[in-house]
Amino acid sequence: MVSVVYEAPGSVADAVTLLVNSDITASVLAGGTDLLIQMQSMVNETRLVVDLKKIPEMMNAILDDEGLQLGPCMSCAEFTSREDIKLVYPGLVESAYLIGSTQIQGRASIGGNLCNSSPAADTVPALIANNARCVIVGPSGERSLTVEEFTTGVGENCLAKGELVSLIKVPRPAANTSDAYLRFIPRSEMDIAVAGAGVSITLDEDGICTAARVSIGAVAPIVLVVPEAADALLGTKVDTTALQAVADAASAASTPITDRRGTHEYRRHVVGVLAKRAAAIAAERVRGVQS
Amino acid sequence: MSEAREYKYIGQRTVRPDGFDKVTGRAAFGADLSLPGMIWGKILRSPYAHASIKSIDTSKAEAHPDVMAVVTYQDYPAVSSGGFEPGDGPTDLRDLARNVLADDKALYHGHAILAIAARTEAAAEKALSLVDIDYEVLKPVMDVADAMQPDSAVLHADLFTKGLAEQPENPSNIATRMELKKGDIEAGFAAAEVVVERDFYTPTVHQGYIEPHATTVRYDDDGQSMVWCSTQGHFDVRASTAKLLSMDLGKLKVIASEIGGGFGGKTTVYLEPVALMLSKKSGRPVKMTMTRDEVFRASGPGSATRSTVKIGAKKDGTITAMQAKLCYEAGAFKGSPMGPGCMTVFTPYDVENIYIEGYDVVVNKPKVAAYRAPGAPQAEFAAEMVINELADELNIDPIELRLQNAAKEGTQTVYGPKLKAVGLVECLEAAKNSPHYKQALPKNQGRGLAAGFWFNIGGQSSVVINMNPDGTGTIVEGNPDIGGSRASMQLMAAEELGIDVSKLNPIVADTEHVPYSATTGGSRTTFATGMAVIEAARDVVQQMKERAASVWNVTTEQVDWADGVAINMTSDDRLTAAEICRGAERTGGQISGRGNINARGAGPSFAVHLCDVEVDKETGKVDVVRYTAIQDAGKAIHPSYVEGQYQGGAAQGIGWALNEEYIYNEDGVMENAGFLDYRIPLASDLPMIDTIIVEVPNAFHPFGVRGVGETGIVPPLAAVATAISDSIGVRMTHLPCSPPRVLKAIQDAS
Repeated sequence: MVSVVYEAPGSVADAVTLLVNSDITASVLAGGTDLLIQMQSMVNETRLVVDLKKIPEMMNAILDDEGLQLGPCMSCAEFTSREDIKLVYPGLVESAYLIGSTQIQGRASIGGNLCNSSPAADTVPALIANNARCVIVGPSGERSLTVEEFTTGVGENCLAKGELVSLIKVPRPAANTSDAYLRFIPRSEMDIAVAGAGVSITLDEDGICTAARVSIGAVAPIVLVVPEAADALLGTKVDTTALQAVADAASAASTPITDRRGTHEYRRHVVGVLAKRAAAIAAERVRGVQS
Repeated sequence: MSEAREYKYIGQRTVRPDGFDKVTGRAAFGADLSLPGMIWGKILRSPYAHASIKSIDTSKAEAHPDVMAVVTYQDYPAVSSGGFEPGDGPTDLRDLARNVLADDKALYHGHAILAIAARTEAAAEKALSLVDIDYEVLKPVMDVADAMQPDSAVLHADLFTKGLAEQPENPSNIATRMELKKGDIEAGFAAAEVVVERDFYTPTVHQGYIEPHATTVRYDDDGQSMVWCSTQGHFDVRASTAKLLSMDLGKLKVIASEIGGGFGGKTTVYLEPVALMLSKKSGRPVKMTMTRDEVFRASGPGSATRSTVKIGAKKDGTITAMQAKLCYEAGAFKGSPMGPGCMTVFTPYDVENIYIEGYDVVVNKPKVAAYRAPGAPQAEFAAEMVINELADELNIDPIELRLQNAAKEGTQTVYGPKLKAVGLVECLEAAKNSPHYKQALPKNQGRGLAAGFWFNIGGQSSVVINMNPDGTGTIVEGNPDIGGSRASMQLMAAEELGIDVSKLNPIVADTEHVPYSATTGGSRTTFATGMAVIEAARDVVQQMKERAASVWNVTTEQVDWADGVAINMTSDDRLTAAEICRGAERTGGQISGRGNINARGAGPSFAVHLCDVEVDKETGKVDVVRYTAIQDAGKAIHPSYVEGQYQGGAAQGIGWALNEEYIYNEDGVMENAGFLDYRIPLASDLPMIDTIIVEVPNAFHPFGVRGVGETGIVPPLAAVATAISDSIGVRMTHLPCSPPRVLKAIQDAS
């Protein structure tokens, strides 16, 4: 059992101060859907918990010509209810919609999903496919990283003591671009990805792919970017041959383990299927807008 | 059961008497009782699947200021090996004791070693970490096939196989070999023109009841000790706990809390004898609850099995021979449901030549408990898969093949009795005529059908109906209600008394307030306890007639009873039940009826299930798109509850077929001890499960009731696996048909 020293600062600066000055282990609390579970297995420990949900800018999402400026602690439920965001980043919104259950989504956040740094985090491949960056604030100021640079290992990331993610920036996609995210679970909901794939695709007027990003989850210690899969789409009409090449490239890039959620052979195969299907959906979304 | 009868109450879908408390959260479950001065008990569990316990040092834990008691097996009176029949079947008392707390060996990961009670849960947990145990780690035996090998590590040095022709010289993991036969199996296969033989595997599965085990107890040296717990049978909790602590039954009161699911898994004791000993040693009331992790690792799951089934038939579809070898994992102690598996495997078929051998085998897993039709789903899965393959080989519709060979009234079972009137043929006909079967299968789907059989049991039930001075009544029964039985008791009493359902309150009394009632299990309660209710109600009616007779100054024979009214046949005067109750003070005191019985004549229930699936050929994921459960209820007392049992059995069986399994690592440690990775079906995983209630009355019950709780889990394993096989063109023989396994089958075939 763990005993908690709870703080809920009203500003990012105050949060950083609390985290830097703590002489006991400190945890940042967003929705808490991972942290509270982790705390259940801690034995006789005292821990500082800094709740970021009282900081207004952490809970906001602004969509403008530049793109999306997402407060990392906004709940997935609020995020997925934003029709304006869904119109621009349907795949990213879908990824948030897949986390947990309706109840969990009332608490869970995209920032929390990112900072928990699980390779199976659903929103991370979708963020990466959309070229998202995260802004990190700490005692020595502010820095910005791409999302793919953020996570360094299973449950590990770039945050140093006193640092937190204060903003997630997703650039506005080029014209004729759309995205999709798919994950595989053995049931219909409330599960953790056996494999996941996020894809963003840009097509020209002739339906030829001019840009693409493919990112895969739960098949390596961190979420991967797969340039080979994106390259397989470039210059094609995203036809069956190109899609199979995407699948092969995604499978080839994966280095999954065998665990209670799936064998490595299975994950390697399925991540290719997901990448292929996500690419097809993203392309279809662009064509739907074009026509 | 003489002739068809018009019922006034039976068959109605009345509001459940426990509904309001459950939806408002007022119902008190196992973990809901706290007592003044109560402390908390926690169990230290083995970190190894198989180990000798060399020494235990609890001195540091005992020195902890908040610790009030430490209990190991040495605190209990020694018990010798021997038969004892609490709960859902015979139990060896010494095995029960050693499962509750290990003596010199830890036999599975999570096996309880000792318990500590402390002022707070946190202190009890801390104290567990202060215990030093010296283990000698042994090689775990994790699969029935390995366990049966002559060179396998042996769990128990004193376990010698029973049922062999010669007394074995060496101990073995095979506790029992059993054989059932009928006719001449070799002649049967010689007469066959088509023979199908397959090997099957089913994994360890859990009942998945939502409420974990929990108890609060108070030991009292002078008078009456008390156990409050979540159980399917509080009289058998009393029997087991009293035996282990060497107490008189009369000194121990057990109260059954409201129960959040059991499915057979709450028919034995885990925490109760430990909590009571902690209470005895500390002098305080003690509460213990299991975490979900503990429930998976250390309660009683369902057996994993390996089996071979071989069936032969003539080209016209006449089955000439059926043979099975069924090997069941018992877990750490003998006593798997291998026996019922052997007895049920081929019972849906009227075949002359049958040979079945069964093996009960110990492995380093938790001791199995009953799980809904214990033993039957595994065995009948194998049999039904082979029947379906045979139907394909013979090019005969699977319903027609079953109709041609169906068990019916007069069929000689392999295990003894001839069947009385049963409803298998009626279920098959209902399946054939169902909208589901008549609808052509969409191109990308597969369809499967399977039959299922379960005996059902009777046994002892005790009921008292206390009439109140205003004409209302209380039905006092001793069977925890896990499937809606209180509503059924209410309906049957109302029918018999002619008193409205709303005037009758059914309660589950503790062990002091009603005589012994056997555990709620074997689908016995609506049948057997229902018969006790009917007997008690008839006793009330008789007394009412006597009271009316005394008022009218006529003989009891001159009083008739209809629709809750006494009729004076000499004058046509009438007295309602309420009037008789109101006047009871003047006619000799209050009225109560008694029905203490040992019910015989439980009617077996057959079922037929239909399943359509769609398989994602690239991922191996199976979606059940349509499902129909057809089953014989004899007479449905409360049809909504009957349908609920059919649907619940189907849902659990679908989970067993698709995703549920204990996943062990090489050290014998379960890796998925939680509902995230032990995947029972979610509501969104299932279609609406359609139901068809078939009613072929059971002649031994006044209303024709058959138990319906268990049969429904028997057919789904084969119905689902057959539908998948039909969809992908590969015979699925290993469960679960999880996406990786289905994908591999598809890939291996192409």
